Amino acid sequence: MDTTATIKVNLTPEERKEAYRRLGRDPNETELGMIDIMWSEHCSYKSSREVLRQLPKSGRRVVVGPGYDSGVVDIGDGDVIAFKIESHNHPSAIEPYNGAATGIGGIIRDILCMNCRPIGLLDSLRFGNLDSGHSRWLFHNVVKGIADYGNCTGIPTVAGEVEFDDSFETNCLVNVACFGFGKARDLTLGRMDRPDDVIILAGGATGRDGIHGVTFASRVISEESESDRPAVQIGDPFTKKLVIEATLEALKTGKVRGVKDLGGGGLTCALSEMSSKGGTGVEIDLEEIHVREQGMTPYELLLSESQERMLFTVVPEGQEEISRVFQKWGLPFSTIGRVTGTGRLVARHHGRPVVDIPPRLLTHSPLARRTARKSKKAQDKGATSRYRAPKDLTSILYRILSNPNIASKEVVYRQYDHEVGARTVLKPGDADAAVLRMISSDKAVAIKVDCNSSYCHLDPYHGHAVAVAEAARNVVATGAQPIAITDCCNFGNPENPEVYWQFREAIRGITYMLKGLRIPCVGGNVSFYNEDQKTGRAIKPTTMIVMLGLIEKLSLVTNMSLKKVGESIVVVGRTLPELGGSQYHRIMNVKGGSPPRAVVSREKAATRTVIEAIRKGYVTAAHDCSKGGLAISLAEMAIKGGLGLTVDLKTIPRSPTMRFDEILFSESSARFIVSTSRVQTTKLLSLARKNGTPAARIGEVSRSGYAITSETKRLIECPVELMQDAWRRAIPQAMEMT
Amino acid sequence: MKVAVIQFPGSNCDLDVFHVLRNVLGVEVDLVWHRSFEAEDCDAAVLPGGFSYGDYLRAGIIAAHSPAMRHVKEMAKQGKPIIGICNGFQILIESGLLPGALLRNQGMMFICKWVKLKVETENNPFTKATAKGTILDMPIAHAEGRYVNEPEGLRQLHENDQVVFTYTNTQGNLTEEGNPNGSMDCIAGICNLERNVLGLMPHPERASESILSPFSDNDGLQILRAFTEM
Repeated sequence: MDTTATIKVNLTPEERKEAYRRLGRDPNETELGMIDIMWSEHCSYKSSREVLRQLPKSGRRVVVGPGYDSGVVDIGDGDVIAFKIESHNHPSAIEPYNGAATGIGGIIRDILCMNCRPIGLLDSLRFGNLDSGHSRWLFHNVVKGIADYGNCTGIPTVAGEVEFDDSFETNCLVNVACFGFGKARDLTLGRMDRPDDVIILAGGATGRDGIHGVTFASRVISEESESDRPAVQIGDPFTKKLVIEATLEALKTGKVRGVKDLGGGGLTCALSEMSSKGGTGVEIDLEEIHVREQGMTPYELLLSESQERMLFTVVPEGQEEISRVFQKWGLPFSTIGRVTGTGRLVARHHGRPVVDIPPRLLTHSPLARRTARKSKKAQDKGATSRYRAPKDLTSILYRILSNPNIASKEVVYRQYDHEVGARTVLKPGDADAAVLRMISSDKAVAIKVDCNSSYCHLDPYHGHAVAVAEAARNVVATGAQPIAITDCCNFGNPENPEVYWQFREAIRGITYMLKGLRIPCVGGNVSFYNEDQKTGRAIKPTTMIVMLGLIEKLSLVTNMSLKKVGESIVVVGRTLPELGGSQYHRIMNVKGGSPPRAVVSREKAATRTVIEAIRKGYVTAAHDCSKGGLAISLAEMAIKGGLGLTVDLKTIPRSPTMRFDEILFSESSARFIVSTSRVQTTKLLSLARKNGTPAARIGEVSRSGYAITSETKRLIECPVELMQDAWRRAIPQAMEMT
Repeated sequence: MKVAVIQFPGSNCDLDVFHVLRNVLGVEVDLVWHRSFEAEDCDAAVLPGGFSYGDYLRAGIIAAHSPAMRHVKEMAKQGKPIIGICNGFQILIESGLLPGALLRNQGMMFICKWVKLKVETENNPFTKATAKGTILDMPIAHAEGRYVNEPEGLRQLHENDQVVFTYTNTQGNLTEEGNPNGSMDCIAGICNLERNVLGLMPHPERASESILSPFSDNDGLQILRAFTEM
């Protein structure tokens, strides 16, 4: 079958004209297919790259910034952490098990490329509400796909988050992050700098799976998407494990000059990006590629997205040594060509030239000019209906605790091996972020991925600024200093001006908070077209923020569980009437309202207070106060510690006119709850004063029972065991697992 | 004492157990690729956890038929200590060095969690320094760890005092609630008749440093230490 004669091309007429102009002739069908892939939204960032330019990218710890397979930051002593996040939304919406599994596969390779050993995975997921059978099916299979794949590779899945919301019913989000540990002096980059280096393709055999996966990801999901299933790759975690070990061993020889993984856009993307970065060219013979199927055309060979493949450039005299490594691991490989100085990407098939194109033409797509318009709806979102404060706040607390967005995610993380690697100090559920120790030193890193889609929907600017702030507070609560982020943008169709406006606002909000907190962004990923064609409904805008924090000494590691009866409970930060997008509004069925606003000065003051307090040894437990508000954060700390608490709302720093329900469930940013010994309470409070953040002792840890009062008025009273029950059983019950 | 940690393709707890043996216990230890493994080169061997050969066909079965396992059997015959952890336990069972079978967990899911283990016997070199009835904290991480055996096999295991570890609740009782995977008689680890080969599903190497334990203990270390002192 000659597929080249039937390829579908998504280029616009202007883009086709531009391709012709740059090439000086009509591209042949294979070349056209390559241009089509590389100029797709997924590979080219043609709608987003101008907007992303404003993000702060430099800082004293940045070793490798955006533009490479993953960002790399310096954590001292010559050690580095590489990290990256990527979306696999479209494949997962169609084939959740393999879609999610191969999402992990891809992100692991991005870390490996830098010569870092992958040491942790995180996943950030969005589904429709669990009363929908379709959402339960997606949720169950995505988690199983992540578990089966991640567990087998020997990389622990250490953190993540899940939200359930109607807007993700058709378009679920599957964002997977990976981080790795390495040495600064050993880093490699995905570049081809020297002519005559040998190009080796190693790993899984090339087949027809996943062809045009990228174009698929650059489209909205429609009824025909079911027929896109062949565009979803099939994962093989066992081969991936061999690829990991073989790649690290090959890199140890010193004979490898550059590595790049084959992901979206397959060989075309890897060859063009590596040579374009190095200002070189390549010459390859397509028949040399080890294949899984016979009779593949040049087009298929160049565009296949078969999994578990890596491209190496090797110094000419090192070929034999590298071959031996691959043979040891039983990893198939083939020498497919060499680097040239011609500045052209030349591919031959049985001696016949089939492609001759400058790599830069592929990697430098024309920009797509998009227009942005603030929607009428967005302007109205500030308005909210008035509602009466409920009398029974205890039952409200139970209802929020058993809402799947707040409820324990244990059923998810129990399925993930989160311990392999012997680094996991704070495990899923222990704290606001995962903490992994560095075996060779007394340091640890804290890592967390976060975003609140409901806030971002109501106000993409503040919602995303808050996402950065919350992710920062999450690592701070474990004792870490935030040092860098990577992000994953998930939006609807950028050709829709309202969606594009959301995107621009999001990046503006992220930039504001990053610059304010002096945290660089070292890489990212953009996923557009998360939209259901049938209903025309786009997902709520969601940019996941992966925050990396550094803990200088293991003794500083702090979790969220209450420790000792009689210790003080202190709230840091001011509570404001910010209930838009809150979990309370969700269960009260209140739409609209103002979501929490992020203000740099408040965030700085609160985080500085908590970091300094942890360093001085004042803090026995710390928890960020966000989703569900004060009432839920306190409940989580009690549940984790198996202890009770008594809290009086009278002294809480807040706006003067707030109702009790608002104080308890407002989700204002820039707040923490910490526990501290009686003796150190005043020191902690004066530290907060020095840093300019309001703080107050609001109660103490008790033996049992969760009791919230306002002076003599009892507001909430319940046994911690019952709260724990509601909180733990909600998701299994929704999934009909109990 | 020289210990070999045998690496099969797909092993993934090899580096962890290597780290504990070398850096925590300070014993001489080699990571040995399965093809280069020879019985004469070491005094003791560890079959680490992971997914050898991707757990294709059945967990542990392909590795069980590898040439390396012929050497392991040879070592076992010579009375040298062998420990198989998680996937290593599955390999020991599939190769016939330990009796019974490990099936898919009750509930059909992979489970990663810290469990309570009870030491059922001191009558073997692995637990001789740990009093019978002691309760240890250790994590499990597996999908296929439900120990089963025929009634006669099970009877013999008990009669010969080969049940080394059981899953228990915090009070030391063998209850359904304390048994994470549905193993018969809550069995978590067993040894052979000669008492030099131990297989267990929980991971002592993940419980050997207090910093990694939710209980700030290092209960796994005493098992690994006893193993290296045999």
